[in-house]
Amino acid sequence: MIPDIGLIALIIAFGLSVYATLLSVNGGMSKRLEWVASARNAIVALFSLLTISVLSVVYSLNALDFSQAYVADVSSRAMSPFLRITALWGGQQGSVLFWAWLMAGFVAVVVIRKWDADRELMPYVMFVAMLTTTFFVGVVVFITNPFTKMWLVPGAQDLVIAIFPPLNGQQYIPADGSGLNPLLRHFGMIGHPPTTYLGFTGFVIPFSFAIAALMKNDTSSDQWIRTVRRWTLVAWIFLSIGLILGGRWAYDVLGWGGFWGWDPVENAMLMPWLTGTAFLHSVMMTEKRGMLKKWNILLIILTYSLSLFGTFITRTGVIGSVHAFSKTALGPAFLIFISITFLGAMVLLMMRWNSLKAEHELESLFSREAAFVLQNMLFLAITIAVLWGTVFPLITELFTETKITVGPPYFKKVTGPMFLALITLMGITPMLAWRKQTLNKLLSRLAVPLAGASITAIAWALLNPKSPAISLFSIAMVAFVTLSILAEFWRGARIRMSTRGENPFTAFIKLVINNRRRFGGYIIHLGVVMIALGFIGDAFYKQETQGTLSAGKSLTIGEYSLRFDGLEGYMGSDGREIVEASTVLFKDGQQVKVLKPRRDYFVVQQQPVSIAGVYSTAGEDVYVLLVGWESISNQNTTFKIYVNPLINWVWIGGFVLALGVLIGTWSQARGRSEATYSLKNQPDEGAVVGTATAPGIGD
Amino acid sequence: MTEINPEPVDQTTPVEPSPNRIWSTTGRLAVVVLVVGLIALLAWGLVQAEKTPLEEGMAPDFTLTSFDGRTYTLSELRGNVVIINFWASWCPPCREEAAYLERTWRKYKDKGVIFIGVDYADAEKPALAYIDEFDITYFNGPDLGTRISQSYNIKGVPETYYVAKDGSLRGNHIGPLFEPELDNRIDELLSEPYTK
Amino acid sequence: MTKNRFLLLVLFTALVSLLITVKVYAQDPAPTPASATVPSDNDVNLVAKKLYCPVCPNTPLDVCETQACKDWRAQIRDQLASGWTEQEVMDYFVKQYGERVLAEPERGGFTSLVWMLPLLIVALGLVFVGVVLKSWRASRLSRPLVQPEPQTGISKQILDKIEAEIRNMD
Repeated sequence: MIPDIGLIALIIAFGLSVYATLLSVNGGMSKRLEWVASARNAIVALFSLLTISVLSVVYSLNALDFSQAYVADVSSRAMSPFLRITALWGGQQGSVLFWAWLMAGFVAVVVIRKWDADRELMPYVMFVAMLTTTFFVGVVVFITNPFTKMWLVPGAQDLVIAIFPPLNGQQYIPADGSGLNPLLRHFGMIGHPPTTYLGFTGFVIPFSFAIAALMKNDTSSDQWIRTVRRWTLVAWIFLSIGLILGGRWAYDVLGWGGFWGWDPVENAMLMPWLTGTAFLHSVMMTEKRGMLKKWNILLIILTYSLSLFGTFITRTGVIGSVHAFSKTALGPAFLIFISITFLGAMVLLMMRWNSLKAEHELESLFSREAAFVLQNMLFLAITIAVLWGTVFPLITELFTETKITVGPPYFKKVTGPMFLALITLMGITPMLAWRKQTLNKLLSRLAVPLAGASITAIAWALLNPKSPAISLFSIAMVAFVTLSILAEFWRGARIRMSTRGENPFTAFIKLVINNRRRFGGYIIHLGVVMIALGFIGDAFYKQETQGTLSAGKSLTIGEYSLRFDGLEGYMGSDGREIVEASTVLFKDGQQVKVLKPRRDYFVVQQQPVSIAGVYSTAGEDVYVLLVGWESISNQNTTFKIYVNPLINWVWIGGFVLALGVLIGTWSQARGRSEATYSLKNQPDEGAVVGTATAPGIGD
Repeated sequence: MTEINPEPVDQTTPVEPSPNRIWSTTGRLAVVVLVVGLIALLAWGLVQAEKTPLEEGMAPDFTLTSFDGRTYTLSELRGNVVIINFWASWCPPCREEAAYLERTWRKYKDKGVIFIGVDYADAEKPALAYIDEFDITYFNGPDLGTRISQSYNIKGVPETYYVAKDGSLRGNHIGPLFEPELDNRIDELLSEPYTK
Repeated sequence: MTKNRFLLLVLFTALVSLLITVKVYAQDPAPTPASATVPSDNDVNLVAKKLYCPVCPNTPLDVCETQACKDWRAQIRDQLASGWTEQEVMDYFVKQYGERVLAEPERGGFTSLVWMLPLLIVALGLVFVGVVLKSWRASRLSRPLVQPEPQTGISKQILDKIEAEIRNMD
């Protein structure tokens, strides 16, 4: 009953999305507003219908309706209600529905919110966004339908999975489902997949606006680029949080002591993040100086195409990955869709290339413009290097018939220096003004952060005498950026203190409140630097040791030692056999924590999951894994210990980053209390001086 | 808003393409080639990923050196029915079929049948222990560089491929073999006439 | 201009001295001494880290938990115990299981391309940035020095003031 409602809602939603796609573009071209309005209503209706469809799947998952093939595949009696509900995105069928639903939600929000603001562009925006949404809803209906049932057919070897009974088919309803993949049975299931999906699907909105502007040849007005910037920021922050939560999750469940493995699926997430970040910077050039219009559109197209590419390699297994989904017939349809999207967008951009001419001029190489151009080049170069490393195994196999691996050493060696250059730029750029900075002023502003950076590096070298040179330079640059950002806060607050007589605290708070976009941006930068610190710790200062202990014996690493006390085995709640070790961690001879690393073996899935025992401080984590044992005895148990310095700064940096975005986008109504100016230098037409509203993140 | 073009040259002289225009045409072409190339690569990757183990046509030729140093080349075994079995010591289902394979080998070894065990991605020590454990006497060797398994497109172990006397592939079996499937297939292939 | 040059020189000197400090204090980590008799787990993992499990999806050999990986680590231990160098072990793995076992693609042959392209991209990128910035500068310089009075009705003084304010803000 309930699944039937979901199925019917899904099918009507597909019909409506086809309807909205066709009607919006026709209405736009023939200037029939009532058609466009009808398409808008169809979009809102189809989102509601998809919501019903999603809710019906969630209901079936929770109610354990094993007549549904999807429920039997990802839900099971042993799973908690929390996990049963998250199983919505735990398998291919449910996750594509979830994806389509989120995308439809974004489109619905845009058509409602921007109906009056971008009326001219709206029919085309709706067309592009709906074309994509229709594809995904179509995939849900025809390829990865989550409402299929299982049928026993005489003579057939396997169960037939279909919605309608095949000839002589008899429905098969298992007594229990197989349940989620053990690695997904984790609290992180609520965080990483939905945020990542929100990030990926969110990029459809900027893409639709950019393509709509190209279709309508409405590239001279800058109105749409603001809308695009805000939506990119929305998608970007979700993707950022998704990346960080994914790293945290991997650290907790994959049991290898790391958080970022440069696996193809991870790279697939990183690439749209890189181009999205580049766009969020280059769009400032357009807002402030009217420059880089083509480049912006190119970055939007790239970002969206890369997020589709990421989805493609994740779900088709074209490139081998630890995180791959089970395969379905999704591949060919998806490939055609990607090709049309990417090629169509590129051709359209080329057709409009000449009309996109913006006026570029540079007063000085010591200007923010120059720094931004260099920064954008670096972001794109990193993206290309990551893409190249990700697809290179395919290229090698194609040309030499040899399978190869491109592992972390490539990505670290190639992107590391470029990331370091970006961080350096991050420290210098705030001290460069738009247009021109006099060298004197630049140098005087650089002096303190640079001196601070040198002192930090020297102190660090004395404390960690075995540091490689590159790590010291990295640490120096992290200190440099931090100091240069703090100097900006200090400068601003000091001006307020002297001109308005405010006390330091008020001055600081008011400075941030009144310049949310700018200081929100600095806070985001601080978050990024903290994350960089975590990566530096991981790359240069990580230690590990492995040893086999009998009860009462200890394993030593650095200033820590781990004493093994005993091993115990018991059954877990959801069909897992648990072997747990009791160990005590000592630091410099002092007991610091009792750690219980364990190994859970999921009997049905025949899959082990290692759960580390972790002692965590701001400075470093001690991460203890139970690697092996000889039956259940207190003899010869093998442990692996990682000391992961600075790793917690990755998560702290993630919070700071999210905080920065929140501050930057907070309530535009109050952000307009102090006017900001946007000034373009177009003297031939007369200077355009906008004194109206702050082009804040929240516009 | 009108755009002011400081260099109105390109727009007025269509006869002689300016270097600028040639550059941009080349640039556009390069972009299209790159994009199409990437898509083609993905398409090829998709085809590779969805390839299933070989079932027909001529069996891909290979030369295998056994653990004890003998060498066999598939194409030199014409006239014999050849059973190619991919296995590994770390693979539990392989153990289910190992005894049956050896039994069948002993039954047919003098009747124009050759068994070749291809040890896929395995460490030598446990592999030899496995051969010892099941007292395997047919020809067995490591798949160096996993080249043979790649040419047969195996998806896992164990997999068994049936080669007729003329060297053509006659189907395969994915997963462990159980009595009497292998006997039946061998009898079938042995009954086929063969002339050089 | 001379003052700028002087300041630039100071900045450059500061950077160089920073780099030198970095160099002086930095010592390459001491190479791990070759173990005497039985290779420890750490010796094995040091080699296994550079290899990928040949049969698992994209998993390094030192952290892989399957039976096959345990066998391979045991094999590495045996090989190290009988005096093989790290390079010999790695060569053996490549010969046995193919190039895919190497975490880091070889720098010779076809796979050298993976290393070359990023270098090329960065080089081209830098050239491109240089050309673009130069042309933007050129279009600035070709502009007449005396700019016509804007006709928006805003006086030059106010414009200047706004511009100055903007400069101070961002």
